[in-house]
Amino acid sequence: MKIGDLTELAFRNLREAVLRNSLTTLGVAVGVASLVALVSLGVGLQQLVSKRLSSSGLFNAIFVYSQADMQEMRGPRRGVSGSPAASKPLDESARRDLSRLPNVTEVYPQIRFMTEIRYDNNPYPTSVAGVPLSAQNDGAFDGMQGHFFSGPNADEAILHSEFAKDLSDNPLSLIGKDLVLRYAERQSLNSGDSANPGFSVVPHEKQLRIIGIVDTEPEGGFGGFGRSRVFIPLQLAQQLSATDVSDLSELVNGSGSVRTYSSLTVRVKTPTDVQAVENAIKGMGFATFSLLDTTKNLRLFFFVIDILLGIFGSLALIVATLGIVNTLVMAILERRREIGVFKALGADDRDVKQLFFAEASVMGFVGGIGGVFLGWLIGRVLTFGANVYLARQNVPAVNIAAVPLWLVLGAVIFAVLVSLVAGLYPASRAARLNPVEALRYE
Amino acid sequence: MTPLSGNNAFAIRAENVSRHYQMGGALIRAVNEVTLSIRSGEFVALLGSSGSGKSTLLNLLAGLDRPTSGAIVVQNRDLAAMNTHELAQYRSGTVGMVFQSFNLLPRMTLEENIELPLRLAEVDRSERSARVREALQRVRLEKRLSHRPSILLADEPTGNLDSVTGEEVMLLLKSFNQDLGMTVVMVTHERPLADRFAHRILTLADGKLISEAAAQAAEIPAAGARP
Repeated sequence: MKIGDLTELAFRNLREAVLRNSLTTLGVAVGVASLVALVSLGVGLQQLVSKRLSSSGLFNAIFVYSQADMQEMRGPRRGVSGSPAASKPLDESARRDLSRLPNVTEVYPQIRFMTEIRYDNNPYPTSVAGVPLSAQNDGAFDGMQGHFFSGPNADEAILHSEFAKDLSDNPLSLIGKDLVLRYAERQSLNSGDSANPGFSVVPHEKQLRIIGIVDTEPEGGFGGFGRSRVFIPLQLAQQLSATDVSDLSELVNGSGSVRTYSSLTVRVKTPTDVQAVENAIKGMGFATFSLLDTTKNLRLFFFVIDILLGIFGSLALIVATLGIVNTLVMAILERRREIGVFKALGADDRDVKQLFFAEASVMGFVGGIGGVFLGWLIGRVLTFGANVYLARQNVPAVNIAAVPLWLVLGAVIFAVLVSLVAGLYPASRAARLNPVEALRYE
Repeated sequence: MTPLSGNNAFAIRAENVSRHYQMGGALIRAVNEVTLSIRSGEFVALLGSSGSGKSTLLNLLAGLDRPTSGAIVVQNRDLAAMNTHELAQYRSGTVGMVFQSFNLLPRMTLEENIELPLRLAEVDRSERSARVREALQRVRLEKRLSHRPSILLADEPTGNLDSVTGEEVMLLLKSFNQDLGMTVVMVTHERPLADRFAHRILTLADGKLISEAAAQAAEIPAAGARP
């Protein structure tokens, strides 16, 4: 029989016992809904975590160090050959080279220096870090009080909430007030003269306006922002030219005439670009560090979670398939004579089998579509409930359930496949009916 | 009785056909060693009392059942040697069945019932519709069989009908035979009916073919003749 005729007859047969078939289809829909709802929660949570992590800048960032610094950190026991001084310096030239690599969006130095903050005539020793304007999109600044830097050179500062509490019992009142940054500026003694690599240190002060208070550290504490309590625009930090720990090593290494960076952060377009860019940087003679492996493990973790949720969700669908088996076996009993007529008119075993398969797959398909909608609805309700709770905790709303296209298609196809499997026994039983006996059946 | 031969003029040939059933410890010989030949265009009545094996024989000729032994040759092919798919094709393309009960599918309209064998034969929708319309519009009944088989097998076609409707059905079968050249094999237990409409009467008793006689009906057409 042609597939169009088969489908038409299947729909017609299903309409005859509309209540029974609707209930069976509803069973399939509930099964698919439980599958979709659970997997959508897994997917939603994965997306939520991935979004948070990728917005934190950790997964599209590569931290670059000079080989010399890495060897110093590893120590002599590692047996690294060559003098640290002979390795390639991480200077402005290296920064430009890194910027030219494909898929690199931004390269910036990690500038952090110890300083003293004066506020309300009281001194507070702390660490200051330069923050690039691109960090505005970081998750660390999502829930900040106040606002982000107004420009790359703005005389503004964002305080870590812990430090803000040191300055005032009412940290929020600090926003809009000024503080004074006291730092030691590095001034070269003889610019560009390698014969005289020394530099002098000149004390300076800079007045900054407090514009925001942040709870978390940018880049999760990695790179140059770790343990810093005051954040200023990166360009401003570079202009201040404050001395930091790396300056001492420059003096020791005799490279004080050329300003080098302790490390550079290289940002790439997407996390998938990290591996290639990281290899290219290593090829240039620098040491690197990225969280790529951590991302892989995270994906694996959520993959396993999704599989487990899918298995639990499928249990209801498997129970629903028993309903399909029951419905189709009942249909065989009721339509015994009809099957006999079919066969007498020239239907072969395959036609009869296909008809029952078509009925099973129609129930699976309709149930699958309905189930996807129900599952999506359950996800929406759970998200709504979660957000009501989060709103009471003053936490921004999140989307904990997601139904991507692959889940929609996968769930419907899975429902049809499971229904076809459920139809195996009834279909072969119907096909095996002896037409003479079937025609005799009253 | 006509011996089995390779003559194409015969629409159906059966040789030593048996159909036995095991019922508990007893062996039921529903059809036992029956040999017969039916010419193309012939109208044959299978006569016999209840339990004589005439319906079982008809089912065997229709390809709905398989013989325990023997051969049934239709269009030079042995039904006993066909697989289920070939038998289904045979039922779809070569034979038509008229049942004692109407066997219309109650969930389908009359048109859909008529259309069903055409669906199974994978006839295109447009042609199906045309043929169903044609069948329904014609008052004359000779075009009524939508899939036009060459052999028509009727199992007690008047068994459940009043005399007037029964007469109409018999005239219809006769018209299929005479006007369309269909070979008709009709099972009946009414001797007068067989005498009036059939060319030949084969009588069965206890599964065996016990007699073969010409009926009082019109002259048997020449072998293989079809209008």
